[in-house]
Amino acid sequence: MIAGLGLLLGVLLGLVLQPTVPIWLQPYLPIAVVAALDAVFGALRAFLDGIFDDKVFVVSFVSNVLIAALIVYLGDQLGVGGQLSTGVIVVLGIRIFSNVAAIRRHLFHA
Amino acid sequence: MNTPDRTPDQPSQEPRPESRPVDGRDRLREALSRPGSRGQVIAAGLLAVLGFAAVVQVQSNSNDEAYVGARQDELIALINSLSLASERTETEIAELLQTRSSLRNDTEARRTVLEQARQQADELGILGGTLPAVGPGIRVTVRDPSGGVGSNHLINGIQELRDAGAEVIELNDTVRVVAQTALRDTASGGVLVDGEQIEAPYVIEAIGAPHDLETALGFSRGFTDEVEGVGGRVRIEQLDSVEVATVREVFSPEYAEPVPTE
Repeated sequence: MIAGLGLLLGVLLGLVLQPTVPIWLQPYLPIAVVAALDAVFGALRAFLDGIFDDKVFVVSFVSNVLIAALIVYLGDQLGVGGQLSTGVIVVLGIRIFSNVAAIRRHLFHA
Repeated sequence: MNTPDRTPDQPSQEPRPESRPVDGRDRLREALSRPGSRGQVIAAGLLAVLGFAAVVQVQSNSNDEAYVGARQDELIALINSLSLASERTETEIAELLQTRSSLRNDTEARRTVLEQARQQADELGILGGTLPAVGPGIRVTVRDPSGGVGSNHLINGIQELRDAGAEVIELNDTVRVVAQTALRDTASGGVLVDGEQIEAPYVIEAIGAPHDLETALGFSRGFTDEVEGVGGRVRIEQLDSVEVATVREVFSPEYAEPVPTE
């Protein structure tokens, strides 16, 4: 309940404030958002599994974001930023799909 | 998140041992119906961060690259409107160019007219005696030791010169002969020309074709004959450059008016 409200609050804040993304953050923000999405879906699945733990959620959320940004940063330094970003997105996308599949099984038993 | 080593007792913190949720659906329903635990608050905070970041990213994306996500028909409409705008602008450019060239023509025509008017003013100034003039011509010196030369001889001479195409005539370097010029004899033996007293020897300077002018004075019973008949002597010089420096005030007619043309 409160979690849903928090998501709504964040979206509204973003819509109202309309901040511009700083230049240095621009390459990392999309990856970070996808990584955070992965963490959120993982947490939802863990919750439905009955093994949700807030500490794990926080750590996985933060570390997901940081590692994703770090990988992209490393890729930029090595000159393969675009490819590494794609790789990270693919991996996170696969994880999101598998998590969503588990969530679906929980919710619909199918 | 999906670390399976956590004990599955997260939603069981409330004292309801009997209806203990065994299903994910039950857990979710319970979490939705109940104001949250610490975990829910933390999740809310992180989700707020996620929502914020996602919205910001989406907006910056759509701001930066307006045409990247556009569909084909949108792009076509965009191109159409752009080409329409450029067409309009080109029409405007053509009109402005036309205006510019017509203005340039106007200026050109005005300059031509001005040039013509100036030239006409020069010509009229020479004819009317208001401008100094220079050109080829003759100088006629009339000596009059016996005192027989009078205004009628001079008038005759001037008339002959005009007849031969003299454009500018001057007497004794003091009087410019124009349309209003009148001569008459005075009692002292000289000639009064337009209020100026001139005495012998009379010098007539005329600008025109030198040969024609000299011929005009030399006819039998012409100017030279007449002057010599009364004891005077005539000397004629053809000059490449006769300078007439005497000028007249601009004459403004008091009675005569141009007949309205129309």
